[in-house]
Amino acid sequence: MEQFINLFILLPILGFVLSILIPKKKEEMLSVISYTTIGAQLFSAMIFSVIWLIKGAEVINLKEFSIFKSNGYDFYIDFYFDRITLTYLLIGALLTFIVTIYSRYYLHREEGYKRFFNVIHFFYLGYNIVIFSGNIETLFIGWEILGVSSFLLIAFYRDRYLPVKNAVKVFSIYRIGDVGIILAMWLSHHLWQENISFFKLNNYELVHDHLAEHSLIGLAISMMIFISAAAKSAQLPFSSWLPRAMEGPTPSSAIFYGSLSVHIGAFILMRTYPFWEHQFSFRIFVIVVGVLTAIVATFTARVQSTVKSQIAYSSIAQIGMIFIEIALGWETLALIHVAGNAFLRTYQLLVSPSVVSYKIREQFYNYVPREKTIEDTWSKRLEYSLYILSLKEWNLDSIMYKYMWNPLKRLGAKWSFLTFKNVYIFFALTFLTGLIFAINPDWLAPKWRFYMPLIFGFIGLLMVVKAFTERASVRLSWSLIITNHLGIALAISFNEHFDVSHHVWYLSGVLISGIIGYLSIQRLRHLESWVSLDRFYGHAYEHPKIALVFLLASLGVAGFPITPTFIGEDLIFSHIHEDQVLLASFIALSLIINGLAAIRIYARIFLGPHVKTYHEVAKRSS
Amino acid sequence: MATKNAHFEKKEVLHDLKHFLPSQAPLKDFIHHNTLHAFQHLPFHDALIEATERFGYKVYLTISEYRKLYADGKINEAILDRTVAKFKRSESSEWKEYLIHKIYEEELSPQIGRIRSKWKTHFHIDLDSLVHPLLFRIVGSYLDQGISIWNFPAHENGFLASIKELEKNSLISFFKTKRAKELLLTGKTELERLLFIVIGKEEYYEEYLFDQQFAHSGWSGIISVIEDNPQTLIDKKVISLEDLICLELLLEIDALDDQFGEIWAPLGLKLSNDQTDPVEPTIDRELMEVKRIWQEAFEWSYYDTVLGGLQLAASKEVSNETPSFQALFCIDDRECSIRRHIEEVEPTCQTFGTAGFFNVEFYFQPEGSDFRTKVCPAPVQPKYLIKEVQKGQKAKQDFHFGKHSHGLIAGWLITHTLGFWSALRLFFTVFKPSSGASSVSSFRHMDQDAVLTIEHTNNEFTADGLQIGYTIPEMADRIEGLLKSIGLTENFSNLIYVVGHGSSSVNNTHYAGYDCGACSGRPGSVNARVVAHIGNDARVRDLLKTRGIVIPEETQFIGALHDTSRDEIVYYDLSVLTPKNSSLHHKNASGFHIALSNNAKERSRRFMVINTKAHAKKVHEQVKLRTISLFEPRPELNHATNTLCIVGRRTFSEQLFLDRRSFLNSYDYSKDEDGKYLLTILNAVAPVCGGINLEYYFSRVDNQKLGAGTKLPHNVMGLIGVANGIDGDLRTGLPSQMIEVHDPLRLMVIVEHDPEVVLATIRKNPATYEWFKNDWVKLAAVHPVSKAVMVFEDEAFIAYHPVTSEIPVAHDFMSLLESTSENIPVHLINKKSYGTVH
Repeated sequence: MEQFINLFILLPILGFVLSILIPKKKEEMLSVISYTTIGAQLFSAMIFSVIWLIKGAEVINLKEFSIFKSNGYDFYIDFYFDRITLTYLLIGALLTFIVTIYSRYYLHREEGYKRFFNVIHFFYLGYNIVIFSGNIETLFIGWEILGVSSFLLIAFYRDRYLPVKNAVKVFSIYRIGDVGIILAMWLSHHLWQENISFFKLNNYELVHDHLAEHSLIGLAISMMIFISAAAKSAQLPFSSWLPRAMEGPTPSSAIFYGSLSVHIGAFILMRTYPFWEHQFSFRIFVIVVGVLTAIVATFTARVQSTVKSQIAYSSIAQIGMIFIEIALGWETLALIHVAGNAFLRTYQLLVSPSVVSYKIREQFYNYVPREKTIEDTWSKRLEYSLYILSLKEWNLDSIMYKYMWNPLKRLGAKWSFLTFKNVYIFFALTFLTGLIFAINPDWLAPKWRFYMPLIFGFIGLLMVVKAFTERASVRLSWSLIITNHLGIALAISFNEHFDVSHHVWYLSGVLISGIIGYLSIQRLRHLESWVSLDRFYGHAYEHPKIALVFLLASLGVAGFPITPTFIGEDLIFSHIHEDQVLLASFIALSLIINGLAAIRIYARIFLGPHVKTYHEVAKRSS
Repeated sequence: MATKNAHFEKKEVLHDLKHFLPSQAPLKDFIHHNTLHAFQHLPFHDALIEATERFGYKVYLTISEYRKLYADGKINEAILDRTVAKFKRSESSEWKEYLIHKIYEEELSPQIGRIRSKWKTHFHIDLDSLVHPLLFRIVGSYLDQGISIWNFPAHENGFLASIKELEKNSLISFFKTKRAKELLLTGKTELERLLFIVIGKEEYYEEYLFDQQFAHSGWSGIISVIEDNPQTLIDKKVISLEDLICLELLLEIDALDDQFGEIWAPLGLKLSNDQTDPVEPTIDRELMEVKRIWQEAFEWSYYDTVLGGLQLAASKEVSNETPSFQALFCIDDRECSIRRHIEEVEPTCQTFGTAGFFNVEFYFQPEGSDFRTKVCPAPVQPKYLIKEVQKGQKAKQDFHFGKHSHGLIAGWLITHTLGFWSALRLFFTVFKPSSGASSVSSFRHMDQDAVLTIEHTNNEFTADGLQIGYTIPEMADRIEGLLKSIGLTENFSNLIYVVGHGSSSVNNTHYAGYDCGACSGRPGSVNARVVAHIGNDARVRDLLKTRGIVIPEETQFIGALHDTSRDEIVYYDLSVLTPKNSSLHHKNASGFHIALSNNAKERSRRFMVINTKAHAKKVHEQVKLRTISLFEPRPELNHATNTLCIVGRRTFSEQLFLDRRSFLNSYDYSKDEDGKYLLTILNAVAPVCGGINLEYYFSRVDNQKLGAGTKLPHNVMGLIGVANGIDGDLRTGLPSQMIEVHDPLRLMVIVEHDPEVVLATIRKNPATYEWFKNDWVKLAAVHPVSKAVMVFEDEAFIAYHPVTSEIPVAHDFMSLLESTSENIPVHLINKKSYGTVH
């Protein structure tokens, strides 16, 4: 019985791999593979659920295998099944199945038919890994897949400006969520002194004992989890990404942002509920954010004049309510709410083009000039203020710029003296100095030994900030991303005794991806006279293969679970002591930004309106 | 733009801007028109060069596409040689070499956007991304027709005044900085003043405004349309292009102030110092010339087979018997094939084509509505109103479109309950599609059993002076005009069908473009019923007698509607039929039924996913299913592949298989020696068919800038337009799903008449003449007796000798149809012809 759970991971893997292998021209075969694998998943999920319920609905925890193990550290894959998994499994399988069949016709003859199904399968794989995950490490693998597949789907129309811009924007919010999880992993490693499974969190006494001793760490973990959940479920202050994600073909928007992806935040809150159940202040906090989101999103939805953004904000408001329900401990209600909201919004999005004929006909027969709304009864000042505020989405989008990205840009601009050539000299000097001290820590005064990780962590951070804000040289930006990783590795070296194997895990993926990426850039520079980062170049139009290779390289340096770096990142964190909050935040910030910087390079040189205009090129405003 | 006026004339510049902006109406009034109408005063190819130079539109296929067509034999070598020789005389071998082998850079660097891009080079500021999202949001909310629940709170005094009203009474501002807000509040928003702040130098004002507005030509275009034609919106809005520009300039000032404080130099000052700027745009004239020759060769490769075919298909026998029935259809190219199928099933019938409003022009007001819809060609301003009374059915409701699901508490209740209903709906959507509240059906345009106020009685007029119904003489005028223009003045059958057309679809924002173009994008059902009623009126017939048209007493008219996506026909008012005619009709109807299935089968070959070889009935069911399937972006392919318009008797062209590529207008030259009716026909054909054809042409050659791109990601904005995502510009033109099988060829109008009469006729109306004179629509005349072909070029008819000396014969065109999903070349179909002898 328990082993059947593997099936629910293997089927999506099978679907994904097959969809990659089938040639582009074979539309029919692609769609058949898609709906049979996902249909098989739905069918077996239904049977499994029935049997599981009859057998008493006992929670299943399945420890699979360890990927990396050393003293006190065990990165292992673990699966878990309970009624939350069950609900998400059925919603996910049903909606994905329907949408695959829907898209079979809807995307007929569309350029990128294959790419679409590849990404749907990839997304579906990530979704299943998340909902079946038995520990936070496993969850993180699925989480990363969701992030990347979202990016690829929003940028599905990669030859236009807005989809690409918005894809990068959404990716940046997701990245914040990623780091929430990384930090939660780091903290919980210190809290439990092991890689704990969700199953163990159900042990009330265990949780209670640990939290009693480390209530602050407990709260910090909860907050990190909350940041991830809020980012993924578009709660305050992250809400504005959701409507902007509606750039792909309508069915993909429906399934990703109408239903499955956007409810993952609620999932992770429910999954970790036993952990924070007794943190009363945290529960209040979740309720407050939920209430605020519900109010802000409702008003914003009321003024939306486009059908998809209206659905998006209405959905955000309902998810705010779901967060409240979860915090109140009403899990069953929350699960029903998740299902209902997912179904409703998916359908609303799918029929959204019909709104024109429906409403026009309705108006034609029953036109009531300007219906009075509740707001009309308020004072003019209140009404107008609230209207403008809602129209501007409560400044949520600009706040992200103002407080997140603009300061980074300013910081990066201060480093304009770095050029492609001198960055090597600068970095080689600092790095060598650092290395010497790292090998001979005794040369340093103990006080300095304490500061060294911070210094190098900070230098690493600056490197990547510069990489992120670089406007001209692609190679400079790319190299800086790599040096950032080296900086981090060096910083950690001061912390413990130089553990080479951990560094090999961490840096091997970075270096290999770094070299591949660098070669791709060189190749492109050879073929195209000029590339820089000051605009979008859209070279995927002519060089789709280089684009793909470079994408993989970018994901590699960003610590995506395709190279050992993914584990390495987690390992690095396990070396950061729990009192090194500043170092942890430097490194966490570095990881956010280097993922972004890599994706930014990819987007700038390969996506967006093609720089060559011998063929049809969309206007920037589309 | 090209000429830098040192002096800025606001009125002139605004007028120019409006002229060049897209003139596409809101979705509900979508009507095909020439996308590049602003250039129509120029000869076609010159206009294309200018459009490319100024706006960077792609106006031809790419060189490699032409070469592929040539390699595939779709561009005929003999025609190519002829075309090259025609344009290049002595240098023809050299140019042919260019065409086939020379490598060209097809990069475009248009004038538009050039000045505005200097913000980036000189100030490192991206004004588009700082200004557009908020600007679109404000405009979209202001114009919204019913998506938002909470409407723009102020709207009485126009756009800018409403913004000012909000800004004045709000604690929250649209602006980030002081200056722009103060300018607005103190009313210092004259265009010149704002331009002075932003640009500073008068000689750049005009060009800057073009750059600025063409960066979002979709929004600017629709505002310009609404400004000129406010009644196109149900929820009326006062707005002007000038208001939009003022707000945009204010937002630009705001963005610049926010970045640099109030001290920044106007862009114009920077431009004056800019010496490195290329003064004149670069466009490769040789490349344009090469493409022009390719395009002409491509077009003539097709025209030639048609013109040659018309000569070869000499009508052998013309019968003098009275046809078993007569049927009038719309000129529409989609009716080209249904007529062929009906004639195939019922060889003794006779079909006609004419503009689908059937010469009755009026507004239609359905019962229960306060609004009217125009059901005649767009340029016509009717003086009549026909109302629907005693209607039966009521519209269905669907909570998915309702406002409650977007409320907080109601939404909470709905998600918990009806949300699960949605899951079921989703399931049926995919596995068992059915017609619901979300679908559009042509048959719902008018209730089948409702009564129409066709006759003007009691001297009834509307408040704004429209006459309710027609008087008897007015009726007689209209039907006389109709019958004479198509040449049906004798030999009347017992039954005469008048078949309008419409289309059904679901999840289709461009539904209005699927209905009858001659009825302003509405189904032609009301018109068909009205004409049938008029034709059956004894008093009208008495009058007609005095005008030389004798309709026998036993003859009866039947109004009907053909749904072009479902291939179904509904007949109206069958209760008036005599028992004899009633039984005749039953027999005919079953013939129509077979023809409809065959027609569906013919259409299915283009859909790729249907097995065309299956039995017609089975294919027909699948075709019908497409019109109610939410996931089907192509319920039909509309006017795709349209290329021809044949104006002549049916006998003139019925032996040619034209593959649904031709508009067909019946016209009998022998009854119109002075071209009186021909003028009426061509007055409609040029703008309606020419407009359709050119919209397809331009949407096909530049689907990104002149078309709407793929419809799959489209998001409905305020019920008036579509955009990609939530903060994009409105997309104008046709989505890629409508044009992907279309070959961009200009419309060739072929008239069966003496070229001299044709020439005299087209000269009578300058507006119509412009289409032909400037080559936006091609024109040929085939002499009815000698069959000599003359083509219209440089304002004169010159003899044309087709290269085509033989064309393949299709003995069974159904198997021909099954053979390919590509365009099928012109074939001969041998059959006996019926009709009057001339």
